[in-house]
Amino acid sequence: MLTSEDYRGQVPAWCPGCGNFPILKAFKDAMVELGIEPHQVTMVSGIGQASKLPHYTKCNAFNGLHGRTLPVATGLRLANHEMLTIAVAGDGDCYGEGGNHLLHAMRRNINVKLFVHDNQIYGLTKGQASPTTGEGTVTKNMPFGVLSEQLNPLALAVALDCGFAARSFAGDVTHLKGIMKEAVRHKGFALVDILQPCVTFNKTNTYDWYKQRVYPLEPEYDPENRAAAFTRALEWGDRIPIGVLYRNRRLPYEDRVPVIAGRPLLRQNDVDLSRIATTIKEFF
Amino acid sequence: MDYSIKIGGEAGQGIQTIGETLARVFARSGYHVFSHQDYESRIRGGHNFYQIRFSDRPVTASKDRIDILVALDRESIGLHEHELAPSGRIIYDSSALKQKHDKPSFLDVPFTDLALKHGGDRIMANTVATGAVLGMLGMDLSILLALLEETFRKKGDKVVSANREAAMAGRDFAAKGCTGCSFPVNASTEQPKMLIAGAEAIALGSLASGCRFYAAYPMTPSTGIMNYLAGKEKEYGIVVEQAEDEIAAINMALGASFAGVRAMTGTSGGGFALMTEGLALAGMTETPIVIGLGQRPGPATGFPTRTEQGELQFVLSAGHGEFPRVVFAPGTPRQAFHAVNKAFELAEKYQVPAFILFDTYLADSQWTCKGFDLSGIKNTDYRLRGEAFQKLPGYKRHAFTESGVSPLGVPGDARHLVITDSDEHDEDGHIVEDAATRVKMVEKRLLKKLPLIKQEISPPSLYGDHDADIMIAGWGSTYGVMREAVDELSKSYAVAMLHFSELFPFPSTGQFDYLALLEKAALSICVEHNATGQFARLMRAETGYEFTSHIRKYDGRPFTVEGLTGELNAHLRRL
Repeated sequence: MLTSEDYRGQVPAWCPGCGNFPILKAFKDAMVELGIEPHQVTMVSGIGQASKLPHYTKCNAFNGLHGRTLPVATGLRLANHEMLTIAVAGDGDCYGEGGNHLLHAMRRNINVKLFVHDNQIYGLTKGQASPTTGEGTVTKNMPFGVLSEQLNPLALAVALDCGFAARSFAGDVTHLKGIMKEAVRHKGFALVDILQPCVTFNKTNTYDWYKQRVYPLEPEYDPENRAAAFTRALEWGDRIPIGVLYRNRRLPYEDRVPVIAGRPLLRQNDVDLSRIATTIKEFF
Repeated sequence: MDYSIKIGGEAGQGIQTIGETLARVFARSGYHVFSHQDYESRIRGGHNFYQIRFSDRPVTASKDRIDILVALDRESIGLHEHELAPSGRIIYDSSALKQKHDKPSFLDVPFTDLALKHGGDRIMANTVATGAVLGMLGMDLSILLALLEETFRKKGDKVVSANREAAMAGRDFAAKGCTGCSFPVNASTEQPKMLIAGAEAIALGSLASGCRFYAAYPMTPSTGIMNYLAGKEKEYGIVVEQAEDEIAAINMALGASFAGVRAMTGTSGGGFALMTEGLALAGMTETPIVIGLGQRPGPATGFPTRTEQGELQFVLSAGHGEFPRVVFAPGTPRQAFHAVNKAFELAEKYQVPAFILFDTYLADSQWTCKGFDLSGIKNTDYRLRGEAFQKLPGYKRHAFTESGVSPLGVPGDARHLVITDSDEHDEDGHIVEDAATRVKMVEKRLLKKLPLIKQEISPPSLYGDHDADIMIAGWGSTYGVMREAVDELSKSYAVAMLHFSELFPFPSTGQFDYLALLEKAALSICVEHNATGQFARLMRAETGYEFTSHIRKYDGRPFTVEGLTGELNAHLRRL
């Protein structure tokens, strides 16, 4: 029987108490409960502490460049849409460096699950502001505080009609695991923004700070009501909603690419040179 | 018999339609054809032309001197009248140009009136013009009429017959009106020929190589590859994805390649500048990829629709860090077709990026040939799949091996995990920091593979006198014009050319000692479409050999036969 031991990877090089640990646990538990074996999943990650996660578990992994997780994941899915593909990135990675790719992954509705470890700070480069760092936060390289408005990934997702947009919290492993499972089950692109304390560099958004604010969406909340979802996505401050804020039934991109309707591209790798000979005739 | 026809006018007037139709008619008639285009970076207006040369002997470049100018606007006359051969003619429609020319070299053909009268629609003015050119040449219309039927069949019989009427009206008018015209056309005894442009040949090469995924962002002159492949998506089972930018394009291709399919991207210099980060990722993760890089004059946006060979040094050094790469620079569509196949084979065999370095000139130029030989096309599956992968007792994606090439497993085909990383990694693909693994990985990834790849590289081709005093050298798209220049000069000199179509790793002299030929020659002239002699620098860096002379062109326009021959002669006179 599949257990979380099957998902044990290398020893993490994260700081003690890092919010990445519960995320890793939630991921392993979600996979085990879904009955997915390590070779049946490919994780694509970028650069940052979050992006090391694939090494600390067991799965196929493409640990690529900062910000470029989604294009790699998109290419992978188009080549093999039978492979569960999970993109792991941090807030700087996905919302900063890779912002353009995020917009277009949402537009495509490519069936990739994007787990963003959103700790509202840059950890690996030691404490600079990320796109989700609160306005006014003073950092070493921003002595006058962050001058730009804090990015709201959920509002962005709803605005772009993202297939599935959820928020969870690293301090609530059960909730996070549940959201991860829902994201995997969803047919289409899924953004899971995971609030995650950075114990070393973010002294504002701590476990306690989040615990005082996060609350689960009420059971009667309808995530398919886009206008209501947008209103709820704007809620940030004293109260922060967690759960599936928005979802729709758009067909995944892979279902709309006629070439791969029958079987994955990967299984179409035969080359028929007689067909080339026929095509050459078109040039006469 | 050797005629050049230029069709000039504004963008959007149908220059390309007339040009492509005529080129096809000549190719189907069995003649040798070469065409090239000159256009501006705009959708409507400006000055553009399409130039076709056809002959009963091989033609591989354009000439300055033209025999027939089809002027669709006044500017074409102003700009090109002086290029006319003594017996040449300009055909134009005085009512459309609102300008009448009385010189005997002008032939006024009412394209629009004839289109309205015989075709019923002014849209057929271009068909009239096409028929008129064939009328001036005294050629039979049967091939054109068949072509019109193929082109317009989908639009119904009425459109087909109207176009046929228009073509015949143009032919009749020109044949009758072109008094004193003398364009004798020898009947061709040869079979219909294949007519193909460089961009199409590259695309066809990728299909023949089993490419299953092409991601790109539109950019001249590479867009033609994407367009052609997109038209073949269903037939060949290839996914063509228009990415949000070039960064995404190369990363998507790498994702698809990692997943187990042959993948390619294409761009021009500006887009490639964005891809360099992903190129290094291909190098580090040893993910096979083929990149079509169509050069155009830079820096920055430069001349978007014109030609240059300005990115050789860029492609050789692009990407941060050190990793192997292969660079092909085909000189003809046929070479391009085969180069793409070899690029895919080497990219997969050695798990490295392979480039097809072309330019606007090659992308747009059409050449004729008897056909492409498919017997040399290889499709070796270098990946570990299915049962073969499952049977392995263990698997390490980046295992140390004698050759430096590690097994390339398809994720999901076995229980073995396929892991790779842009960080320095161990044999399993996990991040490491230790010096010893780093050294072994660099040896594996780079130092062991490079000499093996070098052995696969073909030497330059030699054309002309095998005991030449004068050696002309070049690479990529200048092949055809250099060849014609050699033909011209060989009437008076012992001359030969060396053409390099595989540039990196730089070809060794083992199979063919081209350096000995160069060193023996009294004069060696390196011909390049750039300002600084990038190939000459590569030659010196790799072999220590220094060319005695250089011809460098950087005005964005291709060499013509007369242009290059003239410049070569200037060097020869100094001998």
